[in-house]
Amino acid sequence: MTRRAALLLALAAASPAAAQDAPEVLAIVRATVHPGEGEPIENATVVVRAGRIVSVTPNGSVPAGATRVDAEGGILTAGLVATEAPLGLVEISLEPETRDAAPENGDADEVHAAFDAADGFNPRSTLVPVARMGGVTSAVATPLGGLVSGTSAWVDLDGEQPSDMVVRERAALHVRLDDGGVAAAGGAMPTALTRLREVLEDARLYARQRAAYDRRALREMDVSRLDLERLADALAGRIPVVVRVSRASDILRVLDLGRAYGLSLVLSGAEEGWRVAERIAEAGVPVIVQPLTNLPSSFSRLGSRFDNAAILARAGARVVITTDGAHDLRNLRQEAGNAVAHGMDRAAALRALTLEPARVFGLDRDYGTVTPGKVANLVVWNGDPFETTTWATHLFVRGRPVPLRSRQTDLLERYRHLDGVARGINGSVRD
Amino acid sequence: MSRKTTLIAALLCACGSAAPAAEEPRDERPQTTPPPLPWDAAATEPPAVESPLVAIVGGTVMTASGRVIEDGAVVLEDGRIRAVGARSEIAIPEGAERVDAGGRYVTPGLIDTHSHMGVYAQPGVNATSDGNEATAPVTAEVWAGDSFWPQDPALPRAVAGGVTTIQALPGSANLIGGRGVIVKMHLGRSISEMRFPGAPDTLKMACGENPKRVYGNRTSAPSTRMGNVHGYRLAFQQAIEYGRSWRDWQHNHRLWQVKRAKFERYEEERAEWERAALGEGGPDQPEEVEDPGPEPAPPARNFQLEPLLGAVEGRVLVQMHCYRADEMARMVELGREMGFGVRSFHHAVEAYKIRDLLAQHEVGVSTWTDWWGFKLEAFDAIPENLALLSEAGVHAVLHSDSASLVQRLNQEAGKALAAGRRAGIEVSEDTALRWITAEPAWVLGIDEHTGTLEPGKMADVVVWSAHPLSVYARADRVYVDGLLVFDRARQVRAGTTDFELGHGVGEGEGVTR
Repeated sequence: MTRRAALLLALAAASPAAAQDAPEVLAIVRATVHPGEGEPIENATVVVRAGRIVSVTPNGSVPAGATRVDAEGGILTAGLVATEAPLGLVEISLEPETRDAAPENGDADEVHAAFDAADGFNPRSTLVPVARMGGVTSAVATPLGGLVSGTSAWVDLDGEQPSDMVVRERAALHVRLDDGGVAAAGGAMPTALTRLREVLEDARLYARQRAAYDRRALREMDVSRLDLERLADALAGRIPVVVRVSRASDILRVLDLGRAYGLSLVLSGAEEGWRVAERIAEAGVPVIVQPLTNLPSSFSRLGSRFDNAAILARAGARVVITTDGAHDLRNLRQEAGNAVAHGMDRAAALRALTLEPARVFGLDRDYGTVTPGKVANLVVWNGDPFETTTWATHLFVRGRPVPLRSRQTDLLERYRHLDGVARGINGSVRD
Repeated sequence: MSRKTTLIAALLCACGSAAPAAEEPRDERPQTTPPPLPWDAAATEPPAVESPLVAIVGGTVMTASGRVIEDGAVVLEDGRIRAVGARSEIAIPEGAERVDAGGRYVTPGLIDTHSHMGVYAQPGVNATSDGNEATAPVTAEVWAGDSFWPQDPALPRAVAGGVTTIQALPGSANLIGGRGVIVKMHLGRSISEMRFPGAPDTLKMACGENPKRVYGNRTSAPSTRMGNVHGYRLAFQQAIEYGRSWRDWQHNHRLWQVKRAKFERYEEERAEWERAALGEGGPDQPEEVEDPGPEPAPPARNFQLEPLLGAVEGRVLVQMHCYRADEMARMVELGREMGFGVRSFHHAVEAYKIRDLLAQHEVGVSTWTDWWGFKLEAFDAIPENLALLSEAGVHAVLHSDSASLVQRLNQEAGKALAAGRRAGIEVSEDTALRWITAEPAWVLGIDEHTGTLEPGKMADVVVWSAHPLSVYARADRVYVDGLLVFDRARQVRAGTTDFELGHGVGEGEGVTR
């Protein structure tokens, strides 16, 4: 099955409730479209049919029967894509029972390639609507733990059940060679890299001789069969391998490892990436970075600096912008604004939140730009999307207008005026 | 003695007890001045600092005291703001260094009420973990200044974000974690060189999950919220009793002084009588007065209880980590019961639910714009918190609690303003600016000295490249006490820390680029 067919299936599986809400034909008028490819289009009409963009036309007409939405001159962009985020896998960070991003048992092996984010994704997570408030329409829900954390899932942020939302299971395999991953693997980078080579070589042997493995005719393997399957997917280039790594010299080591094993490599974190920007660009390896990182917070990232994204992009590397954790994905746009403030090209910063993540996870035929044929994950902003003082006014996931509400706006409504708030017998006593 | 040495001397004096009173001519009446208490040293006034005459001319001046002045001028000299106004109304003094702020924005220096810079320094390794004396739930006796590392690489980065004053606090593992220290970001070699002269003492307390988790995990008290409250009450009761022991001593000492004076007079009169008794017509024999014995010794000092007593007596400003509305309400009640006020709740993500109560008791709130969900007590945070608090007349402060966030307090204020406006709450830019300047100055008790652009205040000033609430704004120039501590154009920095030298990263690159 091709990726596109898989996506269409996922879309077709969308719940009846969601499908009913979505207008068959939608026309967003009076939008300043920043398509993510090419020049902005003033006063554009964006027509969406069955969840896909049909046309983007200056002063375009509204098809008969279409649901009309007035952007009132606002800026329309592709929906933002969150990456490296345990969205739907963590609710309350300090409460273990609300966490599904990593094995919680301290004795668990540090390699758990078969750990699948889609298995734990909670579509009802209160973090999802909060992310949408910041214009995020898709996320790569990512596991966190160990040395080999498992596989992520690309989800669209609208739906009742995982089946409504998960567009691509096993979107990438995630490996950690940052401080956390090295600590999990025994505390030394050579130990971590040795273990990684060990399991990759096991998987290579396994992939060549599955029958022998099933007959128990192969040497003993270091990890389980399903772990080997996922590692074999990575070795075959079927899924990208996202490696978190910080120090410049470690980044180069990871580039070598990726080449040696033929991995479809993606760097993440890469706090000292700017020091080896040319090498990263030459290798054609995309980099997921957090712009608001400039502290020498550990000895592996003494060179952290605000213009990391800008330097990498100027060197020709493909840059994806991310942010910390999963609770405040609404701040992705602030991250991009800061990348721009520190020298990144504005259009590149927008692509780093839209098209580049789609490319990294192999979904750029369907996501990442406001162009005909693509999934209508769209956001309308009342000004510069990166600016602190603007906000999203409309948001569409697969063409469905999704209300910009969250548990937080519910709380606001309840407490907007204190008169109606319950205050018990003593609080209600008249003086 | 240079001004700087005077400053240090003044600081050192502030820490010790008052000098003994000079010999005075003897009074006939008994001397009844009570002996000074160890913590009664007079508050120091910030001394003058030698700084050049600077005139920042042009641009938009936002004073954080209600004025927005187009094409303004701000004059700085000797550590103070001399003049603020429209350029047309201000006489630029001769010899002033002119700084062209045309097209840019001028604001007061930013103030962060909640920092662990210096006490949880970068890099975050065991060796720099100095923020929680988590060996007992009440450690009011420790002072964050004693942990503060002036070479923390986070400090110059915060300066580059326009921050001119911070409160470095102990962490929140303990019910009562210790005293905070107010730091002027006019960097130096030791905390004594950097602490804000004349700032009141502050005391860090913590509610809720942290203390009960830290000690509950060791199956020692407190392990519940009710255990927390008992812990505060016990400590404050001890402090009240401790204060009583000093007042009793003062009283007894005063009585002793009276008795002693009487006794001395008696002894003199007796000596006179004895001399006279040898002759004729001397005075009557004086009535015998008992020797009052040795001077009463003061009580033993208790360094743990003194800051708590200070809080009860209003000298020490309580800074209390507390998330949930119901707990904050409970803490206000406990404060009334034990006689202390809370100057500011910190984090306080549910403050909006009890904003009427906080306004009524004049309790400040230091919080974030959007942090939430990292623990259950932070689940009900909403980004409109600050806007709602300001609307209700609460002293609302945007704090960081983070060496990263402290570098963009201005952006966070911009987001909180937008959240309020999106919800239909009226928020002025001046209000948003006050969240990170004037209001934190109030929370720290230094609002007479800094936090707004007004003549006579400390010359803590930032020149921004763009509107300070914008994501694109960067601090171009930062003045602390009239000294240029950061200049982006000329790569003048608050100082690359010693730690960062020699790692091949490039001097200050992380700071300035």
